[in-house]
Amino acid sequence: MSSPASKQLVVEIGGFPISLFTEDEHFWDLSRHSYQDFLSAGPAKFKLQLQILRDRTMSDDEVRVWREGDYWRLERGDFCVRWNPNSGSGQVQQNPFTYSLDSVLRIVHSLILAEQGGFLLHAASAVCDGSAYLFSGVSGAGKTTMTRLAPADATLLTDEISYVRPGGSGYFGYGTPFVGELAKPGKNCSAPIRGLFFLEKGHENRIEMLSPSESVRRLMQNILFFAQDRVLVEKLFETACEFANQVPVRRLTFYPDSRVWDTIREFEGEPAHV
Amino acid sequence: MSEKYIARSSTIAARKLAGEMMVMNALNSTFFTLNEVATAIWQAADGHTPLREIVRRIICEQFDVDPEQAQADAEQFVSELSSRGILVVSDHPLTVEAQ
Repeated sequence: MSSPASKQLVVEIGGFPISLFTEDEHFWDLSRHSYQDFLSAGPAKFKLQLQILRDRTMSDDEVRVWREGDYWRLERGDFCVRWNPNSGSGQVQQNPFTYSLDSVLRIVHSLILAEQGGFLLHAASAVCDGSAYLFSGVSGAGKTTMTRLAPADATLLTDEISYVRPGGSGYFGYGTPFVGELAKPGKNCSAPIRGLFFLEKGHENRIEMLSPSESVRRLMQNILFFAQDRVLVEKLFETACEFANQVPVRRLTFYPDSRVWDTIREFEGEPAHV
Repeated sequence: MSEKYIARSSTIAARKLAGEMMVMNALNSTFFTLNEVATAIWQAADGHTPLREIVRRIICEQFDVDPEQAQADAEQFVSELSSRGILVVSDHPLTVEAQ
């Protein structure tokens, strides 16, 4: 699929390596720098051919994702993509900025993950004592605050979008290079998820149960899915139910100081089905 | 009065978790939790059992309710779910799950 002049790099996020091919040497350098902690030498199951259009500008338009026969089409002002989920390959036309490539990768990963029973979630996440903890909520609920307050020995996976995949007997959280307010990429590592907390600021630290339906409802509100596709939505609903069945989902009211992490470390909740 | 037949819409994903039945309309991502009575009606909505019979055989048997009140409640529930695209209602039997 690539021309002899194409340069390649393999970016592996969430255990899924994607080969990026481009003839634009400058963009190849930029991408290599942006994803430096997520580069892989291994063979890639997925491939994206990038055509860099230097006259395309940035865009904050709404992204559109739709099915066209066997393909997914992804479109925003700064990129258009044709993705074939069966072959795991696609063609991208985009501007010369990695910000746009970040968006393309997020959508492609969300489509790959949906097939595998995983998802991307609007949530910060960090690894502490060998377990991953996810913190979700509306903008301003405290996702970035929770990562700022994390103890020194905790590892940031992301302060913006959590990467969740089933594995072994539960679910795993993976680090991503996608940056949020902290402007700091996550570490390229993973850990079993010990809990998902929906954040609310308050005067004390308190963890409370959520009913299964409330857990699933909040999950569905915060999972990133860009396509209003019936089959995809059904799949994500099943995935959200399965996640809530296996992982403790709670409301965390917290006062923003470091003691909230003592509460997290002491947490010993069980999932909804118990 | 003519019989009513109800069937689950094929655009609905449903799952019972820790005793709670959750249904989601995949066309518009609307999400509902059903109570016990609604769950029993939902599960019995096979397209060919009349609603009156579902109420008589299942609702009145499983729950201690007045038959007339149960019928009125069931009709209201069915009308609500039908307006949200979760159930399909017809005055003749539906042989397959309706679109």
